[in-house]
Amino acid sequence: MTGGNDYLNTVVPHSDPLYRDYRPSVGVLDEDVLRLDDQVGFHPAMAPIQKMYQDGDVAIIHGVGYENSPRSHFRSMDIWHTCEPDTLGTEGWLARVIRDIDPHKENVITAVSMGPALFRALVGPGIPVATVENIDSYGMLTGLTPEEKLSRVLSRYRRMYSPAIGTGPVMDYLGQTGLDALEGADILSAAPANYSSSIEYADTSVAKKLKGIAQIHLAGLGSRIFYLDHSGFDTHADQVVTHARLWEEVSTAIRDFFDDLESHDAADNVVMFLFSEFGRRVHDNGGGTDHGAGGVCLAIGKGVKGGQYGEYPSTRPSDLDQGDLIPATDFRSVYSTLVEDWMGLDAVSVVGGNFEKPEFILK
Amino acid sequence: MTITETNLNLMAHLMRRAGFGADRDELERRVANGYEATVNELLHPEQQIPVDYYEFLRYFPNWWKPGTMGGRGHAGWVWRMINTRAPLQEKLCLFYHQIFATGVSKVDHYDEIEDMIDMFRENGLGHYKTILMEVAKNPAMIYWLDNHENHATSINENWGRELLELFTMGIGNYTETDVQECSRAFTGWTLTHKLPRFHMGRWDWEFEYRPDDHDNGEKTFLGQTGNFNGEEIIDIILAQPATATFIARHLFSFFVEDEPQVPSWSVTPPNNPEAVDAIANVLFESDYHIGTTLKFILNADFFKESLFAKVKNPTEVVIGTLRLVGNTERPSPETMDWAIDITNMGQDLLNPPSVEGWHTGIEWINSGTLMKRTNFTAELMGDLTRPGVKNIMGRLKSVEASPDAIVTACLNLMGPLDVEDDIKKELIEHAETFGPFDWDNDSDNENAAAVASEIIQLIVALREYQFA
Repeated sequence: MTGGNDYLNTVVPHSDPLYRDYRPSVGVLDEDVLRLDDQVGFHPAMAPIQKMYQDGDVAIIHGVGYENSPRSHFRSMDIWHTCEPDTLGTEGWLARVIRDIDPHKENVITAVSMGPALFRALVGPGIPVATVENIDSYGMLTGLTPEEKLSRVLSRYRRMYSPAIGTGPVMDYLGQTGLDALEGADILSAAPANYSSSIEYADTSVAKKLKGIAQIHLAGLGSRIFYLDHSGFDTHADQVVTHARLWEEVSTAIRDFFDDLESHDAADNVVMFLFSEFGRRVHDNGGGTDHGAGGVCLAIGKGVKGGQYGEYPSTRPSDLDQGDLIPATDFRSVYSTLVEDWMGLDAVSVVGGNFEKPEFILK
Repeated sequence: MTITETNLNLMAHLMRRAGFGADRDELERRVANGYEATVNELLHPEQQIPVDYYEFLRYFPNWWKPGTMGGRGHAGWVWRMINTRAPLQEKLCLFYHQIFATGVSKVDHYDEIEDMIDMFRENGLGHYKTILMEVAKNPAMIYWLDNHENHATSINENWGRELLELFTMGIGNYTETDVQECSRAFTGWTLTHKLPRFHMGRWDWEFEYRPDDHDNGEKTFLGQTGNFNGEEIIDIILAQPATATFIARHLFSFFVEDEPQVPSWSVTPPNNPEAVDAIANVLFESDYHIGTTLKFILNADFFKESLFAKVKNPTEVVIGTLRLVGNTERPSPETMDWAIDITNMGQDLLNPPSVEGWHTGIEWINSGTLMKRTNFTAELMGDLTRPGVKNIMGRLKSVEASPDAIVTACLNLMGPLDVEDDIKKELIEHAETFGPFDWDNDSDNENAAAVASEIIQLIVALREYQFA
């Protein structure tokens, strides 16, 4: 959820009298809150996620963040991507996970980045990752038409990138990389063709990306990590309309995604993790909210032990830091749960330390 | 000067390194003028008609100082790079941006980083001291390296350390005490707000020197003692031969041949120590005059022998292709797309991954970025309506419509590019699969232009094409 998702209007503390005071302009009306218990409830656009919560498939992790939140989009995303809140990191945390899963690089699509560029969480030296903007048009030299020309050119490409030609480590590396890219594209391009589903995804970018992920997952290609984002959450203005639209898009797409997997009996081994670079300012600004600190994470799936983890940060004025919620759970502890309890890997080397884990994965 | 193969190869090399490549008409014109004359011309951007940046702003006023709008900050710079008549000037901006890597990831808005690039454009060919002084006073740099937190009563070493480690001397040439003393000298060099341009939005920053927050005490830095302020520290740094060697290695790695990544320099010797020493000598003797030093480099044998010894960075891929295919002069929404293409290939301009800048050379390439480079270039080169592509086709028409002749001519016009015999054989075989073709045939499979276009798309997909 790129842009800084507003925690207070995602998981609304409806019983907190201060909430009304803080949110005169953008507050969710009490009767609209989708109640989860007598304290909190979801934004009204999140009905599909409320349903999954009631089924026990959604974990809400409260008050996640890190100390000295910089309230900058770029820097905050860097922190989430690299697990380096104090220095500038260059290696993504998931790149380390990919290396642990597939140390010999046997599968060029262990991780798939759904978007125009590689997410920094996946970037590491020598780590192969497929970067898929649109699975239907993904591939090498896809601008070439007609099909006959493309296949003619690609078969020549393959010959010219073969290890027999070229000398020296740099040319060898380039050759291998070219072939990896081709192989990844070949494997992935088969996925949509073999896919059929009764689910009609919505015509939104997040739904398209999730549909692509479903196609790749259902093709059983050994991909373990999928990364995508949905942007627009930077709601400084016009928040009421925008935030509702965004959560409508995200919730519907998530519901369709899991329904799709379930209809193919392929939902059990998928956990979806949602985060944003920071939460937003507690006080609204008259039409929206400004950059804040502590935020909320969601983990969704059959492998998730549904419920709420951690406490909602105090909204008392004396408990705010420069007007923002103080996060009580370090984001690296949430990552640790995912790495250790879900992926079955050592978390310490991935997140760079020992963190107490919220136990939101079913044992 | 006559146009021989050697002259053409060398000119193409010069233009790839000191610019973003050149089409064949430009190369021939420059060969006729002579190599040294071309170097001199490149070193005098003030003699060229400048790009009319206001034209760009008339089309896209919101792209000037766009706050935090991702990708927009460098669209204007991209437009300049595509259209400049003084390509070395823009190339130098890229060089300095790689060294003084400052990013919106922390600064949070593009405005002052854009100012820094403008400063590089203005001073890039002058003395390195000017650059250092201006960078030290640039608000984006001050914020990026926390010098606003560097106080007389309590120092913050971030700027002081990076000045020594990354911008001038390199690890191993100073002590921890030097870092602290250097930092003390820059206390009070901070930033403040100008009055805002608009009633809403961001306030511009500007440099402010606060004498009351400056530690005026005695400092001992690199063996010298005095009540140094920042400028005196920079003078002492520049008097160290290690500084000249370090900057020389940066110049060598950017303009001549890919070196290992900067963080390893303290433990890995240069690929060509003699060349780096020679560059360092010129730097030192010329008071670190970058124009003089570049003149030496570009005319040196080690430069002329370094053809294709560098992996193109994403900016070179995108700008080089656009300058070659043409029809890019008018500001258009595509300008923004192209700026983001560079980002998607792994070089988010004005937003380097860290203060160490980008990892360069072969580290530009992974399976995702290689695919993006190839697809971007092949698609544009396959567009027969682009004037640059038409021009190539026009030149090819004088070539016999045979596989061998077409492949040879395409390799020549796309570089000239030197490939192994095996690769050339593959290309010729590919052209042969079309069967007989000629220039006057209307059928796609028998038309020489269609064959040539496909061969060119294969050429830009070659490993060899990734090198500059």
